[in-house]
Amino acid sequence: MTAAPDHRPTMSRAGLGERLGPYLPVLLIPAIMLFGLVAIPSMSSWLTLTVSGLAMGMMIFIMASGMTLVFGLMDVINFGHGVFISVGAFVGISILLVLAHMTEAPSLALNLAAILAAVLAAMAATGVLGWAFERVIVKPVYGAHLKQILVTMGGLIVVEQLIIVLWGPEEIYILRPEALQGAITFAGAAMEKYRLLAVGIGAVLFVVMRYTLRRTKIGLIVRAGVENGEMVEALGYRLRLVFVGVFIAGSALAGLGGVMWGLYQEVITAHMGQQIMILIFIVVIIGGLGSVEGCFIGALLVGLLQNYIAFLEPKAALISNIGLMVAILMWRPQGMIPVVKAK
Amino acid sequence: MIVKLLSGDTPRSPVLAVILLAILVALAFAPFLFPGVRSVDTAARICIFIVLVASYDLMLGYGGIVSFAHTMFFGMGAYGVALASTHMGRGFDAVALGAVGGAVLAAAIAFLIGLFSLRVRAIFFAMITLAVASAVAVLVSQLSGLTGGEDGLSFRTPRELTPAFKFGDELFGVKLNGRLLAYYLIFGVSLVLFLLMLRVVNSPFGRVLLAIRENDFRAEAIGYRVVGYRVTVTCLSAFIAALAGALYAIWLRYVGPDTVLSFDIMVDILLMVVIGGMGTMYGAVIGAALLVLAQNYLQALMGVAAGAVAGLPVLPELMNADRWLLWLGVLFVLSIYFFPTGIVGRLRQGR
Repeated sequence: MTAAPDHRPTMSRAGLGERLGPYLPVLLIPAIMLFGLVAIPSMSSWLTLTVSGLAMGMMIFIMASGMTLVFGLMDVINFGHGVFISVGAFVGISILLVLAHMTEAPSLALNLAAILAAVLAAMAATGVLGWAFERVIVKPVYGAHLKQILVTMGGLIVVEQLIIVLWGPEEIYILRPEALQGAITFAGAAMEKYRLLAVGIGAVLFVVMRYTLRRTKIGLIVRAGVENGEMVEALGYRLRLVFVGVFIAGSALAGLGGVMWGLYQEVITAHMGQQIMILIFIVVIIGGLGSVEGCFIGALLVGLLQNYIAFLEPKAALISNIGLMVAILMWRPQGMIPVVKAK
Repeated sequence: MIVKLLSGDTPRSPVLAVILLAILVALAFAPFLFPGVRSVDTAARICIFIVLVASYDLMLGYGGIVSFAHTMFFGMGAYGVALASTHMGRGFDAVALGAVGGAVLAAAIAFLIGLFSLRVRAIFFAMITLAVASAVAVLVSQLSGLTGGEDGLSFRTPRELTPAFKFGDELFGVKLNGRLLAYYLIFGVSLVLFLLMLRVVNSPFGRVLLAIRENDFRAEAIGYRVVGYRVTVTCLSAFIAALAGALYAIWLRYVGPDTVLSFDIMVDILLMVVIGGMGTMYGAVIGAALLVLAQNYLQALMGVAAGAVAGLPVLPELMNADRWLLWLGVLFVLSIYFFPTGIVGRLRQGR
């Protein structure tokens, strides 16, 4: 009767690579920052670029998260998602133009109040539009990807044209609110205030979204629905309602992203949603369709890489994203964090 | 003979047969039936779009793959001809080399994208093509040294295809010049390409594609390599689309990002396929003819409608000739719900 052998069984410790495996996607972000640090000669411009890359990534994440969740939950691929971005931007910016006396005042509180009003209006408008879109456009074509792509594309064309009917074909220029113009300098690097705000909002939203998905009952149902919808329904939950809720929330987030993107670019057009959709598709694919964490990591990667490359070699910026997508798909063909379906 | 030429795929509906025959006759004798620069131009556009839309239908209607890069392939053929004609001088050798070069490049890129995305999931293909196509469009407008940027390239086609070349006096009041030859070159090549595609979809290869579209899992189980078939049809489709682009470049004697690469053309193609009828080559003929005609003549009609409701709020804006895409979009969504088989499917059902 001896005690357990005092040598450790060799199986009990996984190799470094194996233990690191699940964290690899997250580690890609510092890796790409490090690449930027090496490639970009001056520290201060690296800092500036990193902040703007993070800001861009956060905004893309806000816009893309709804789409990826909708896909994960109901297997619905919404090519018209970009139109919520445009509508959100137009509604929000119109409100800001009406509230010009508040945005032109040099007080930060008044400025933020105006932005808050614009964002709430935009989210309400896109939420309602999302609900209508789900009922009219998406609902009749459940389960048929080909038709979903075509119909949502048709919906996108119609709503885009309606924007032009309501707001006119010209692009609308807007200045950022007074207190958010300009930059602050930190360690010799100029960082635009608005970008810092965008990073802040994006980070808060990610944390809130993660908390909702991981710690609340509704999040539990959504995650279970992504994994095995039939089982969740068998347990008595009306997944259909949950799905509509997620669709509306996703549309509202796209509207929020639209306002933020409009203020970031300081110009909005009816086609802006379609243009951003290209980045969103790349992000959603490399993150793994249906995965919110993957979407977050993917968005930051795309934002950072785009800013670094645009600084180093301006013409290669858009190609760099395609390159990133190709590289990641070669590494993990289903995306960085594939969604496991129990089927 | 005719049945064999159509590869055994007859219209199977008297109304459809009459319409198709009317379109064929109208296109074959367009310069004589509808003299005038604008109407011949419309006829040439219809020929080219029939090929382009049919090649798209090869992918969408037969392969069940949604692609948003079809204008990219179209543009590759067009830019191929333009670049070859600019650098090699005018001549048929430059045109042929440019067309074939563009088509081979298009097929190669389709092969790469297909291999990447179709291997994993068919819906990736739609998103990846959208991303790649927009990247290429941006690249073309940025590389102004090579492609002329936003301004595009104007180039000279062989002398035999220009209005300056005359080979006779007049026939039924139509001047016999190079423009007529160019039209018949386009008509002839389009007809051959169309019959070729008809042959492809009615071959055993086409039948396997249909099986994959209906149930890819079962097709794989029966023993067909689904990915292989899908990639092949994508390459074929890209190749033919590039040839259509080459024809378009020959006709316009100009290429630019807006005319051959813009997303609007992609939307037009989608509308033509869906309204004409997915999964039948004849749908492409009807869709293309209908929409090109609508584009050229319906806008004027909408202008009249806008004038009629001028006093009312919002309505004139909705009727504005520039907003015709809105109504086409509505038509598009409705036709996917209510006529998923398009005009051709409807006509065939109702026999």
